[in-house]
Amino acid sequence: MSESLATARDLTVRFRTHDSTIHAVNGVDFDVHPREVLCILGESGSGKSVTLRSLMRLNPPAITQMLGTLRVDGHDIMTASEQALEEIRGPVVAMIPQEPMTSLDPVFTIGQQITEAILRHERVRRREASRRALELLDLVQIPSAARRLASYPHELSGGLRQRAMIAIALACRPKLLLADEPTTALDATVQIQILLLLRNLQQELGMGMIFVTHDLGVAGEIADRIAVMYAGRIVEEGPVDAVMGSPLHPYSCGLLGATVHEGLRGTMLTTIPGAPPDLRKLPEGCAFAPRCTYTEPRCLEAVPELRTGMEGRVARCVRLVDHRGDASSSTTTRAA
Amino acid sequence: MTDISLRHSDTARAIEPARKAESLGYWSGVGQRLRRDPVTLVCITILILMLLATVFAPLLAPYDPLQGAMVRRLKPPGFRGHWLGTDELGRDMLTRLLYGGRLSWFVGITPVVVATLIGGMLGMTAGYVGGKVNMLIMRTTDVFYAFPSVLLAVAISGALGPGIYNAITALTIVFIPPMIRVSESVTTSVRNLEFVDAARATGAGAFRIMRMHVLPNVLGPIFVYATTLVSVSMILAAGMSFIGLGVKPPEAEWGLMLNTLRSAIYTQPLLATLPGVCIFMTSICFNLTSDGLRTAMDVRN
Amino acid sequence: MILYILRRVLYAIPIALAVSLICFMLVHIAPGDPINAIVPPDAPKVVVDQMRKDYGLDRPLPIQFGLWLSRVVQGDLGRSIANRRSVAADLMAAAGKTLVLAFSAAALGFAFGCVFGGTSAMFHGTWIDRTLVGIAIAGVSVPHYWLGMVLVIIFSVMLNLLPSIGAGPGDWAWDWVHIQHLVLPAVTLSVIPAGLVTRTVRGAVIEILNQDFVMTLRGKGLSRLRIYYHVAKNVAPVALAVMGLQLGYLMGGSILVETVFSWPGTGMMLNQAIFQRDLPVLQGTTLVLAMFFVVLNLVVDLIQTALDPRMRRR
Repeated sequence: MSESLATARDLTVRFRTHDSTIHAVNGVDFDVHPREVLCILGESGSGKSVTLRSLMRLNPPAITQMLGTLRVDGHDIMTASEQALEEIRGPVVAMIPQEPMTSLDPVFTIGQQITEAILRHERVRRREASRRALELLDLVQIPSAARRLASYPHELSGGLRQRAMIAIALACRPKLLLADEPTTALDATVQIQILLLLRNLQQELGMGMIFVTHDLGVAGEIADRIAVMYAGRIVEEGPVDAVMGSPLHPYSCGLLGATVHEGLRGTMLTTIPGAPPDLRKLPEGCAFAPRCTYTEPRCLEAVPELRTGMEGRVARCVRLVDHRGDASSSTTTRAA
Repeated sequence: MTDISLRHSDTARAIEPARKAESLGYWSGVGQRLRRDPVTLVCITILILMLLATVFAPLLAPYDPLQGAMVRRLKPPGFRGHWLGTDELGRDMLTRLLYGGRLSWFVGITPVVVATLIGGMLGMTAGYVGGKVNMLIMRTTDVFYAFPSVLLAVAISGALGPGIYNAITALTIVFIPPMIRVSESVTTSVRNLEFVDAARATGAGAFRIMRMHVLPNVLGPIFVYATTLVSVSMILAAGMSFIGLGVKPPEAEWGLMLNTLRSAIYTQPLLATLPGVCIFMTSICFNLTSDGLRTAMDVRN
Repeated sequence: MILYILRRVLYAIPIALAVSLICFMLVHIAPGDPINAIVPPDAPKVVVDQMRKDYGLDRPLPIQFGLWLSRVVQGDLGRSIANRRSVAADLMAAAGKTLVLAFSAAALGFAFGCVFGGTSAMFHGTWIDRTLVGIAIAGVSVPHYWLGMVLVIIFSVMLNLLPSIGAGPGDWAWDWVHIQHLVLPAVTLSVIPAGLVTRTVRGAVIEILNQDFVMTLRGKGLSRLRIYYHVAKNVAPVALAVMGLQLGYLMGGSILVETVFSWPGTGMMLNQAIFQRDLPVLQGTTLVLAMFFVVLNLVVDLIQTALDPRMRRR
């Protein structure tokens, strides 16, 4: 098995405000390998975006408390100093945020914002940086790239802005690319374009990618592996075809049943009753139990552990028969 | 100058009402938050005490504010029963300050009250009716905004001549435009909230809507803004007396006292600053109270 | 863009007209016969009659306004009742001195305001923030004429470091002989703008720090200093606009401070005009100061538009 590009073990993130504590992420484990696309799937409030930002420690410092282990390309994110983090952000790991409309500084041109990233991390002259910026704009398929370099963000459409954001993220050739729902805020037609662009870029440049989304269709399109998150925990993980073809966790089943996709013609769409739990007051037992059709008494006693199923799949449900140690399962090494 | 607080549109935006104010829960919530704000409570207490002191000046003051003897002029605090000393004509400072407070508060608050009534009505009308009426009122207001407040107050007051009521008139004219702006802005935003449309859909007449739905939501922010204006007004009113407009000698008024005591800064500097301390305290208490009220009324926080 | 400039200038013209109308009315709201407001009481009847005709005092008000306006546009602001000198001439000299004072106070206020406001926002929620906000509130609540007196007491009377009266000998020059007279009045006048700029800058910086693009900047690995540069560039238009307006208020509202320090500017002129009931001077000074304010507003507006890239290219 190849070396892990990014590793999270028991990652916990809490936000402390003066009247409450929000348990955004509660003991998350995952691995991402080079050239692999991991898709984190979940509703709003599942903790997926917070997890992503934690990989670069971009959560607001004043109220964030982070626990656990987090390594990206050998760097220990948890204990790194602020200076060390500033060196890592860009050349090692970069992020494409969700809102292209507000993620760019309105008083600087696109070109300036790209070259700024390059000049920060590499010893090149301004002219060289501008040339690279132009190349990047071509790479993300922005037409009239030269003119766009001198444009301000408000002069670009949402789709073009997102391409510019991708260009900025790729400016220092990161090994790991984090995409936080990059297509959610865009029109449907543009969504597909950006998605395909990202997939091609990822393969062309050989980056690892963690892609956060709530859209199953998007996940199916781009992921190698899927991790389903609920209430700050991963409830299921496995290869994309396996998870989408035969989901193990009741939540994943519910998500699939509620999505329009091929092969469902003639069957009714199901919905998952209820609403996600309040992250300030998480229940003792399984967080999904109130909405689950298969709840048993033992579901409410304690948070179910991740059980290993066949073919390296895991799910956090008491109903899954634990195949750990079985010859037929390719066990993921759980040791840190 | 203090003028910018009258002019900055941010002030108006910051006091937009956020919720229906009709429910009792809202006002009790405001009261609750206020009770937990020590700074505002202290300021309100100080203001009430000052108001009482000036209102009951005749009962509290040990001496006559107009009577003095030159032989006793500019004595330091503590001199023979004069707790705060005597002024340049031998009159007791404490008495003069207490009586001076009456005029200072009167000339300071009256213009704001009148301006709130007139400006508030005009602004609410402009905000609620909209259209051409709105344009007419607001464009006229814009013209007055072309003057710095101090300049306008001084010019009008200067033309009318010295005297309390001339000063009050001048100040009222100066404060009407900002009040119009703020009340128009608040009314417009309330009017655009959905519940007003809902009320109109049920066939309620314009007056009724104004009274029952718009007014409760608008009065709060207007009152808060008026408190801010009072702090400016007190400084301006005393300032006008300071340069010879407004209150005339031998009446006691804080601004006028500052002027007449100017020559005393070489001999009794502390004495000379006392009236100013009163003005400062009043103004800052009103300012802090207004800030506290605004925070308490801002449900969004 | 040019179109926008033209439109804005065009909009300023009716304002300017209305402002001059108000100034014109000043003489007429004064109690008594308007003629007494224009000519000294001891003037011979011939002069009085001539003035009455010149000013059209027996004609309807609109015509009077027109006559007055045409005279003003040619630079004739009348003659002072007290000393018979041309108002316009005296005004020019005085306005220069007030401009020096107002400009210095504006610069001081802006500098302090930006530093306090920026620092306050950076340490949002801590005691530093609360202290600086408290200072800012005190700044806008202080009666500046009283503060001037206090400063005079401390620095002139007690410490004897700085002069308390006037602007120095002869015409203004930027040497210590003159600047020492400028220190106290400028500091006094700067306190209120400093307080206002502090609050404005603090609010703007806090709002900007909450914007999404700041996270993008951090994500690029930029240093704190560089991020502050981004913030500063975003705040600049707002801060400069506030400061520009403050300059106008300081010019127009300097009378109280100039009185305390006997600073020979337009404020003192106004003061004396009030004292001597010299209405031509009052009227002329008010008009010039108000017009300065209108033009300044226009200029600030245009500069702000020019600075904001969102407005530049349409």
